[in-house]
Amino acid sequence: MSGNVTSKQLLDHYARKVYADAAAAKAVGKPVGWSTAIVPQEFFETMDLPLVYPENHSAVISARKRALGFLERAEGYGYHADVCGYMRVNFGYLLEGARGDDDVPPAPVPDFVVCCNNYCTMIVKWYENLAKELGVPLFMIDMPYNPEGAVDEARVRYIRAQFDRLVGRLEDLTGRPFDRERFRRVMEISRENARLWKRAFELVGHVPSPANGFDFYNYLTLMVFMRGRAETTEVLRLWIREMEGKIARGEGPFRDAAEKFRIMFDGIACWPQLAHTAKAFRSYGINITGSNYPDGWAVQYETGDLDGMARAYASIANNMSLEKAVEKRVEIIRQGRCDGAVYHMNRSCKVMDFTTYEAQRRVFAETGVPYITFDGDQADPRVFVAAQFDTRIQALVEMMEAREESER
Amino acid sequence: MSGENRIRAILTGLAAVAARPGEAAERLKREKGKPLVGVLPYYAPEEIVHAAGMLPVGVWGGTADASMAGHYFPPFACPLVKSTLDLALRGVYDGLAAMIVPALCESLTFFGQNFRAARPGIPFVPVVHPQNRRTPEGVAYLRAEYERVRDRLAEIAGREVTAADLDRAIGVFNDHRRAMRAFLEEAPRHPSLVSPRVRHAVAKSAYYMDKADHGALVGELTGLLKSLPEESGAGKRVVVTGIMAEPEGLLDLFEEVGLEISADDLAQESRAFRTDVPDGGDPLERLARRWSLVEGCSLAFDPGKERNRILLDLVRNSGARGLVVLMIQFCDPEEMDYPLYRKELDAAGVPVLHLEVEPRMSLEQARTRLQSFAEMI
Repeated sequence: MSGNVTSKQLLDHYARKVYADAAAAKAVGKPVGWSTAIVPQEFFETMDLPLVYPENHSAVISARKRALGFLERAEGYGYHADVCGYMRVNFGYLLEGARGDDDVPPAPVPDFVVCCNNYCTMIVKWYENLAKELGVPLFMIDMPYNPEGAVDEARVRYIRAQFDRLVGRLEDLTGRPFDRERFRRVMEISRENARLWKRAFELVGHVPSPANGFDFYNYLTLMVFMRGRAETTEVLRLWIREMEGKIARGEGPFRDAAEKFRIMFDGIACWPQLAHTAKAFRSYGINITGSNYPDGWAVQYETGDLDGMARAYASIANNMSLEKAVEKRVEIIRQGRCDGAVYHMNRSCKVMDFTTYEAQRRVFAETGVPYITFDGDQADPRVFVAAQFDTRIQALVEMMEAREESER
Repeated sequence: MSGENRIRAILTGLAAVAARPGEAAERLKREKGKPLVGVLPYYAPEEIVHAAGMLPVGVWGGTADASMAGHYFPPFACPLVKSTLDLALRGVYDGLAAMIVPALCESLTFFGQNFRAARPGIPFVPVVHPQNRRTPEGVAYLRAEYERVRDRLAEIAGREVTAADLDRAIGVFNDHRRAMRAFLEEAPRHPSLVSPRVRHAVAKSAYYMDKADHGALVGELTGLLKSLPEESGAGKRVVVTGIMAEPEGLLDLFEEVGLEISADDLAQESRAFRTDVPDGGDPLERLARRWSLVEGCSLAFDPGKERNRILLDLVRNSGARGLVVLMIQFCDPEEMDYPLYRKELDAAGVPVLHLEVEPRMSLEQARTRLQSFAEMI
């Protein structure tokens, strides 16, 4: 694509194409997989095996306000309303016949599923159930939690051996040999995309920020779906150029208002109430300039270094100790030059929630940046209470103003 | 003492231990003169504690108000870890030489992190099991984890832990598991002596006694029970599944409505005793291989969902008329298994009762539901 296309338009184009391509592959009898979001996609890209990501699929459905029907379907089947909303939407979608429409992307029923538990534990149960219910093979890539905040050698050896095993299983699945040369190229592209993704975040940290609100959650789609592809490099480069242009012109995130406050948004977006939360932020001139969430996809390693790759994938912030979680957030707040922090107590995501209270106390002690917590969910619209959110944001604004005042 | 009196004496002793775990642990420490190490669920290598000359004690939460834990956990956290953290904050575990915390679910993983933050004075010994547990690389990784646990415990105990120490400890624990399995098989034949509450007490007391002592008592108990004629039970048999059969009082309701427990699939009971450490070679590797052999547990990676079949077999082979699911609140692994085994049991015509349990639950509601289930099956 060329001409005056914006990175956003290009992103939308590719995001749609991913589902269409998977459906087309399925139609001609090519195996299609479903995968967790931060999987070593390099292996599948190399083997030219299309992957669809149920978490992204559920997020899209939730943002388009279609989750409730699927949630209720899964709950009727026996899934407790306490478990992950993405998972319930996903099973609801399957139970409803896995059909797409204008709001629901047409994710084809998979021929295999891929699970990597480097940011979530319960996801193993999700994928076990998919494998059993659909009668398809499950490629489990286990990356044990790092309670001491470091990926030790025993873990690296274990993960490396799983990579080798995976290659063999993929060769069996496709009947084709694993192309090492192509693998190197995919690693190179993935590495470049991770570098660009990090670079984009540095630009988001500029004052005023060239990025707007939940912008980077949109670009994240690319990092989930196409981290190993040149198309992603194209979009990220364009996005970076656009942001550099805005910085050069001194333009902020909002057309009609100044960027008054900058915050770190901790956790996944509250997709069903995206419009409400974005509008509330904007009404106070609040912009999001940092988040722990997109950071997970900046997987960095040297091309050809499989041990490094194992270590990088196992070092996702969710898979590390409380101390590392605090360190990461302090870094995000500093890089994003944040005035405040908003912690989403996301009912679905126990990994992110269960150390939030202690983490936020420590982050505050280190940065002095005021924070609030609100209750919501990444998929289930029944959890969020608008009045609570609005009141807490108002309180945060007052705290940020008071801090600004005292520092003057 | 007659056989039946001796049985009652043993059961009364074990029931007292199960009813007051804290006091039992204190007594254990005093009588044995050995340091105690707290062990959270599930599948921790307790043998290593024993080999290091210390004694493992189970840490399974409590029923007290868990308000202090709200400083760390949101309201929708697992009650087991929440109440455990609360007890930790109240200083209940301060006398322990260490705390071993496996990371088999999110609740336990982040309990570990919160516990270390809240009680830095108690040595924290995490252990993270592999999920690809049946491959050589999975076993090798877990062996390395156990090696780290061994070195840490040796340091705490201030002594070396040799292969011979480990082999001896494995022997003690395997003997204990065998004794427990024999008891659990014999128990349903004697419902008037071994009520659901008593059955649970025998299993639970194992966590607060020296395994060798507990195994010997349970062995004697089973022998005495075997010498008695089998009772023709008046109750209806059920299998129970879940994490644990608590709070206290819950199992009394079974007896009250005429339900007998023919077998269990509880993490605190049968799942803990089902799998022995295999024979042969390096003891740490044998311990790691035990994890490969675990079957049908919500905490152990199982893409084939063996648990569905295991539950159906348990019901059929133990002559049960139905399955009671004791679903501890906010337990993702258990909640995720439920729809699938439920579907298979429904298809096989096995009645299932799903009962949500938590430490401060209303027993009144549970009574009504158990009552109607007992009438239905």
